[in-house]
Amino acid sequence: MIQVEGLTKDYGPRRAIEDLSFSAQKGEIVGFLGPNGAGKTTTMRILTGFMPPTNGRASVAGYDVVDESIEVRRRVGYLPENVPLYDDMTVWDYLKYMADLHNVEDAEDRIYDIIEVVGMEERTDSYISSLSKGMRQRIGLAQALVHEPEVLILDEPTIGLDPSQIRGVRNLIQEIGKERTVMLSTHILSEAQQICDRVLIINKGHIVAEDTPQNLQSRLAGSQRVAIQVAGDEDGLDKVISGVKGVISASVTSAGVVEFETEAGKDVRPDVARQVIKKKYDLLEMRPLGMSLEDIFLEITREDPAPPDLDDDFEGEEAE
Amino acid sequence: MKNIWTIASREYKLYFNTPIAYVIMGFILLVLGLIFTIAVNDVALGGGQSPPSVNAIVHGPLAFMLVFAIPAITMRLISEENREGTIELLQTAPVRDWELAVGKWLGATLFIGTIILITLVFPIILNNLVEPGIDQLMMLSGYLGILLVSMAFIALGVAISSLFTSTVAAFFTAMGINLVLWWLIAIPAQLSSPQFAAIWRYLDFGGHYNNSMARGVIELIDLVYFLSVVVVGLLVASVSLETKRWR
Repeated sequence: MIQVEGLTKDYGPRRAIEDLSFSAQKGEIVGFLGPNGAGKTTTMRILTGFMPPTNGRASVAGYDVVDESIEVRRRVGYLPENVPLYDDMTVWDYLKYMADLHNVEDAEDRIYDIIEVVGMEERTDSYISSLSKGMRQRIGLAQALVHEPEVLILDEPTIGLDPSQIRGVRNLIQEIGKERTVMLSTHILSEAQQICDRVLIINKGHIVAEDTPQNLQSRLAGSQRVAIQVAGDEDGLDKVISGVKGVISASVTSAGVVEFETEAGKDVRPDVARQVIKKKYDLLEMRPLGMSLEDIFLEITREDPAPPDLDDDFEGEEAE
Repeated sequence: MKNIWTIASREYKLYFNTPIAYVIMGFILLVLGLIFTIAVNDVALGGGQSPPSVNAIVHGPLAFMLVFAIPAITMRLISEENREGTIELLQTAPVRDWELAVGKWLGATLFIGTIILITLVFPIILNNLVEPGIDQLMMLSGYLGILLVSMAFIALGVAISSLFTSTVAAFFTAMGINLVLWWLIAIPAQLSSPQFAAIWRYLDFGGHYNNSMARGVIELIDLVYFLSVVVVGLLVASVSLETKRWR
């Protein structure tokens, strides 16, 4: 559904993305993960036909984004970053306008359906200016879905929402992702972990990793980290633990808590537990510190010693 | 074509949602009403005086006010979309950039057209007051001129609006250009040598209206002139929307 080859985009002398290649299949939810200014929005704007790339090719639903831009735009639903909406229109008028621009047949029925999907039945006649951030987000999502697009491109769909709204939007995306292609950008790692079938990690305009969230996790989680907590004094506990065969290192991290790292491919936790009890410590808890996507992300993007580029005009089109 | 109409009708409806449009409409109709009342009163009291011409009491003041009013109507058409980011929605919808420009222009033209249509009450009343009625063909020719002038001003306004993100900048730029084309261009036309003067005079909006359609003379050259200004304006707007994508 989405095919990207060697995509490059320059803003004047500044290179936003360089030589990106990836693809996404039907029924797949692909997460685009990266710090601000990594080139996520730029890539999405190219895929939606908003701006042409400097180099490389991209096709969506079988149409080239430059040569057959209108065909692409018919088939893509897009939620831009910051959700631009017309404040001076009502929810209904706005969705009707977007539906008409997309040539939706039986627009009124379709709008009723979509308003129900995003749970905005009670506010159809409200002016958009009166809506909360979460509601605006849902209207933006409704707008992206109103013409039943084959491909959905969502730029930071859950930003600024409260936890229950986030859950709602995520469920909605997963529902949609069963039969359509969804590409979403986020800098929240747990979000990508939860809802995406595949994650592309992008940093400074390059794809630095691409895999399922599970594989990414296991790829870097060769060794295991475990935290152990005892009641009372942990004096000497780190020495005891590092004496166990298979433990690489152990150190006290806070009162009563010791963290240790084990060799890959061997579970030494039972040995550690036996040792601890033998030495008369009162064992309270032992818990594995699995490497989260967060760690992986930091690990991958750390290679470059420079701090992440937080400059935002990379992404947004600034006033002249 | 459907896209153009969708965009035009949204813009048209939106005017009736915004105070500025009502203020402009109210102001124009109020001023024309006052002028009209005074003029007609004079005739009624003076008896023997010749009846006032529609051109003098309706078309002249209307054209004068439109020079200022049209920039206020067109200023936000595209600049606001640029500023709010909603242009991204329009430019990722299956709408061509020129359809967007034409749709915006048509919406504003319909709104100004509505105001112009309402002013028809003045000649209709006048026609009933004076014997043997007014010169209707001349009146219609004047209205054709007013409409063409408005269409050209609106096209320029759309083009200017597409170049800015600030509505205020778009307003003053458009007004400045209107003032030059309507009045100030007559100055270089008078000062320069004959062959250059012809060029200036050709560009003079006022000349193409005052010396022909306002007097009941419809000439092809004037129609061609105003319609080409419309085309140029909309072309500039389309190109500007297109080039914004490349930056």
